[in-house]
Amino acid sequence: MHIPDGYLSPSTCAVLYAGAAPFWAVALRRLQRRLAGRFVPMLALVAAFSFVVMMFNLPLPGGTTGHATGVALATIVVGPAGSIVALSVALLIQALFFGDGGITAYGANCLNMAIVGSLVAWACYRIIAGRAPLTSRLRVVAAAVAGYLAINASALCAAVEFGIQPMLFRDALGTPLYAPYPLHIAVPAMMIGHLTFAGAAEAVLSAGVIAYLQRTNVGLLRDTAPGAVEDASLPAIDVLRPLWLALGALMVLTPLGLLAGGAAWGEWSARDLADPAARARIVAVSGSAPLPSGVPHGLAGLSTVWTAPLRGYAPPFLQSTALGYALSAMFGAGLVLLTVFAIRGMLLKARAR
Amino acid sequence: MTAAVIHRGFVEKTLTSLLHALERASSSERLAEQRGLLQHVDARVKLLGCLALIVAAAVSRHLDTLTLLFAAIAILALVSRVPLHLLTRAWAIIFVFTAAIALPALFTTPGQSIATVAGIPVTLQGLRSAAFLVDRVESATTLGLVLISTTPWPQIIAALRSLRVPAAVVLIIGMTYRYIFVLLRSAEEMFIARRSRSIGRLEGAVRRRMATATAGVLLGKALALSDEVYLAMQARGFRGEVRTLEELRMRGRDWTAGALFTAAAIVAFWQGLR
Repeated sequence: MHIPDGYLSPSTCAVLYAGAAPFWAVALRRLQRRLAGRFVPMLALVAAFSFVVMMFNLPLPGGTTGHATGVALATIVVGPAGSIVALSVALLIQALFFGDGGITAYGANCLNMAIVGSLVAWACYRIIAGRAPLTSRLRVVAAAVAGYLAINASALCAAVEFGIQPMLFRDALGTPLYAPYPLHIAVPAMMIGHLTFAGAAEAVLSAGVIAYLQRTNVGLLRDTAPGAVEDASLPAIDVLRPLWLALGALMVLTPLGLLAGGAAWGEWSARDLADPAARARIVAVSGSAPLPSGVPHGLAGLSTVWTAPLRGYAPPFLQSTALGYALSAMFGAGLVLLTVFAIRGMLLKARAR
Repeated sequence: MTAAVIHRGFVEKTLTSLLHALERASSSERLAEQRGLLQHVDARVKLLGCLALIVAAAVSRHLDTLTLLFAAIAILALVSRVPLHLLTRAWAIIFVFTAAIALPALFTTPGQSIATVAGIPVTLQGLRSAAFLVDRVESATTLGLVLISTTPWPQIIAALRSLRVPAAVVLIIGMTYRYIFVLLRSAEEMFIARRSRSIGRLEGAVRRRMATATAGVLLGKALALSDEVYLAMQARGFRGEVRTLEELRMRGRDWTAGALFTAAAIVAFWQGLR
């Protein structure tokens, strides 16, 4: 998972550094505001812990062993901002001092593991655990799922970064200059190991340590569980949680849309109306009502006004339509959530004034 | 490989990883105190110089430039007294690892076929692509090794500070590095203690519980230690401002080294992008 120097082009590395920078800035500012001087030793020790825990060989079901990053664990104990900074520091020391991960690829490694990993782990943990009591079994399950999904989201990011290299960077002979495998090879090659061993290692570590802390040091779980019910007999389900779970399930299931062939009735494009075979299909599903000859003038004119960047829910660089569907779902849902949260933030600010 | 090695449990494997990390760090610190060429150069010059050459290796679009750059880096490593056995071991490990990753590219990359292996055509583009990857990774890793083997850690921290990395981040990095050893030792002791009171082979679930409980104890210790460190810092007057002890000053030879690094990087960029 630690991308070394040489696998990604310098321009990709620069973009990923730029992508990581705002997260570092916001995380540091939040921590400074919340913890004042205390954040320095706390993050140093959590970073040192992350470094050491990455060396643990965890026994996995089936008799093998595997390494974990501890990203979900760090997120559950110190929150996403703390985890982003602590893991970034651990990754820097690994890159500079131990040659694990490149220096030019440091931004990429941080974005994949520290930032995406922490945010995915945080979202999963909070959505699944909801307001469950600190000692609830649900928190152990939430930690396992958070660890499993966080490491797989990180691996998917790394795979996409590898996979776009041969499309973008080739010499005059057509030689890929960096990571040589396109997306349809890079994504499965990377994900097979992470969906099985690495994901299992992360789930085992997160769930095992959370279960241990529940028995011995439950206070460490309190900071990231606001609103956790103290009385285990009260219902712990957050009203929004089923909706979040349903949204996640729908995103994963979007490739099912591929099972339905052809265009939806009435959603025909100018290209469909110009293609005789498509025209015949449209007439067949419209009760044999005749179509206007050629493409209507207004449709032809308006269809070129705006070209969507993710046309047909499949970004042009992706070879797999199913993956394109799932990524488009995540991208679209992310944009909608971002807009809603931004509007909510503005409204709350206006109300506070 | 002996049967004992094959049946090593997770405790032994983890102990080996922990000891290996400790050993690597202490050997780097010993090397940084040697009297080689780069050991006398200012850490900022080395950090920026090595970074410029890593980027030059990354942008190069020509295998001959990359190979020459790698040769120059190898000479730089040798005159800086990075031991040959350390270099050859690093090169061999990287070669095996990167070549294993790049090998299928010989067959999967579309292009002009130059040979066939077991009936599958090898393409020129695939071969060149694999060579690019190996060459780049070897060059960048050797530069990283040269930087770390010739620069004591406190000087790297001071260099980061003078290159405008925020003071709090530099302080966190410095403290992390020191406490990694404390926690490595702690983890090592816990695993040795556990091993010395275990007999026979434990069940999978028990072993998992044991490993995660050790990680849990270590996390608890780390956070308790962070509270104690904060109190100790406050007791010594820490009020949030960060100062570093190491003051770096540029001397004549540092400027010369800086000029040489710049010239080398410019030539490498120019030749790599020609």
